[in-house]
Amino acid sequence: MGTAVELVGVSKRFKLYHERYHTLKERLIFFKRSLSYEEFWALDDVSFDISQGSTFGLIGANGSGKTTLLKIIAGILRPTSGEVGVNGRIAALLELGAGFHPDLTGRENIYLNASVLGLGKKEVDKKLDSIVDFAELGAFIDNPVRNYSSGMYVRLGFAVAVHLDPDILLVDEVLAVGDEAFQEKCLARIREFQREGRTIILVTHAVDQVREMCDHAVFLDHGRMAGEGDPSEVVRGYRNRLSTTPTGEKVSVIGNVDIPAVRLLGPDGAVSETFHPGESMVVEADLDAHERIEDPVFSVNIHDSAGRHVFGTNTHLRHMKSSLDPGPSRLRITFPVLAMKEGRFRLTVGVHSRDGLTIFATTDAAGRFEMRSDSGEPGSLYMPCNFTVEQVAETRRGVVDGG
Amino acid sequence: MESAAREARTKPIASDVVGRARRLYRYRELLLNLVRREIRGRYRASALGFLWSMLTPILYLVVFYVVFNIFLRGGIPYFPVFLLSGLLPWTLFASALSAGTSSVVGNAPLLKKVFFPREVLPLASIGAALFHFVLQMGVLIGFLLIFRYEFVDRHLLLVPVALFVELLLLAGLTLMLSAITVYLRDVQHFLELALLAWFWLTPIIYPIVLVFEKLSVRGMFGLYLLNPMTPIVLTFQRAFYGRVPPLLDVSFSWYLEKLAYVGLAGIVLVFLGQMVFVRLEGNFAEEI
Repeated sequence: MGTAVELVGVSKRFKLYHERYHTLKERLIFFKRSLSYEEFWALDDVSFDISQGSTFGLIGANGSGKTTLLKIIAGILRPTSGEVGVNGRIAALLELGAGFHPDLTGRENIYLNASVLGLGKKEVDKKLDSIVDFAELGAFIDNPVRNYSSGMYVRLGFAVAVHLDPDILLVDEVLAVGDEAFQEKCLARIREFQREGRTIILVTHAVDQVREMCDHAVFLDHGRMAGEGDPSEVVRGYRNRLSTTPTGEKVSVIGNVDIPAVRLLGPDGAVSETFHPGESMVVEADLDAHERIEDPVFSVNIHDSAGRHVFGTNTHLRHMKSSLDPGPSRLRITFPVLAMKEGRFRLTVGVHSRDGLTIFATTDAAGRFEMRSDSGEPGSLYMPCNFTVEQVAETRRGVVDGG
Repeated sequence: MESAAREARTKPIASDVVGRARRLYRYRELLLNLVRREIRGRYRASALGFLWSMLTPILYLVVFYVVFNIFLRGGIPYFPVFLLSGLLPWTLFASALSAGTSSVVGNAPLLKKVFFPREVLPLASIGAALFHFVLQMGVLIGFLLIFRYEFVDRHLLLVPVALFVELLLLAGLTLMLSAITVYLRDVQHFLELALLAWFWLTPIIYPIVLVFEKLSVRGMFGLYLLNPMTPIVLTFQRAFYGRVPPLLDVSFSWYLEKLAYVGLAGIVLVFLGQMVFVRLEGNFAEEI
């Protein structure tokens, strides 16, 4: 298989001007000062190849140069030094709908956007219906884009990009926008791209996505390559670099326990993805320890779809002691009553040391479930609650009232 | 994958005019769409749409007819025709140049997020101005036909040449200025003033004969003709207005020769503009 993208010693320097003087007068008056700037290397000697048909993950903290690198691959920025070779047509989902003109209709913008990617009218004609379908715009397609909601904007942008038959698809964090149903649809489409043997470059903070979807990954740290290779390894390196305890101590991630499966069981003991408030839930996690672990702490955390931490606890906080022998074990966490009312949630399970400085295993997105409420009760929580009314013997109320 | 699609994104292909032209051709659809966008964007939500563009010359014709044939009689005969035949190519020049100059700066969001050959932007501005020019020329020609104004002679053959030469000038200048504007925003304001002066230095509302009488005595008429817009405007006037007295009594080949010089200057400008553009375009996305 050939290479889709080839980077050789790519560096990018930005000049951070202390003050920008853009006009001639100011340039003349402040001639010296306008030249004062600091150099900032957003990328420093980055080299790697992306082979055709692979799904490539790019991870790193904010400001590590991921987006700059993507922009260089897309041809938007020119590297200060180094070489970039690209084989094939690129569609970049950097910020969706970038090429939209607010006064043109959705339909007109599809043609405009397509031609930005170098596609002719006839090719777009053939795909127009499925683009409109995918974007779920219906009659809005003939309305000016300025009347669109942000969701419609994003959907149209994604729909156009994925329908244009790119050889290489660059995706920058865009899966974070849009509602969940649309996110699912986008992910499904990206998987389809994988099957079709297209090259995908994924930039994301959601490292589990990288582990799930990518076959190769690079970890950028302050513009330098800090890891490359198998996604699980790279993600581990990234976690190591990134994780600190609340007090700032460094946390190391050692993958000597695997969690191959996590199951959520409903009240009837069967695997379920939907629960109702007040029901019970049992979390069953298969563990596979490579060695004996003394005094492990098991943790469970629940986040909602907006990423808010809804609940979390561990065996340390609950004053429990245990141990983990090599080989397969099963961890069971029982919630007798689920308190959340409605929404989608993500449950993660982890194993770490008592001081929290060593993480043996974490699952990232294994347990997804939905809460549905059939009752008309308002509020966001379900709480067990009883009402009682009893008659109380009447005692000299009149005296109190009369003062 | 075809290896033809392979693009090295590192070294600017500055000297490679053919390669860039070929890439531009691949993006012709984008160029057309951007022209369309500029035209539609200008008259968005207006009931008459680009009829507005045709109303301007109609208004000129009516107003100047009233002013110069009724109030101020005795000047240049058929003044509205004289004026419009020189003014329309000038309007094309001035509007394309000012729109083209700010085209790169004005499309910052697009530049920052998508890759495409950047020179499409100034060229699209020229395209949109050209569209309006064609409409307005249509009005002028329609007017001439309706009033049976005789203008059809071989000088009409010079019109496509003059138009082509003007487009060359525009391409070179907009490429250069649009790139420089990214680094020096003053260019747009400077251009406004320059165009005003340039307009009065071009024989559009006064006949060239007057200039010739005044300047040829001092031997400075050649200097006046250095203005590349002069031969272009004169050609349009000769072709559509067609009366020798207020114009110069010169031969067909005189026009051709002058246009050839401007064309040469235009080609040099295109190369220069392209050089400047390629040098500067690499940092557009971060400098805007």
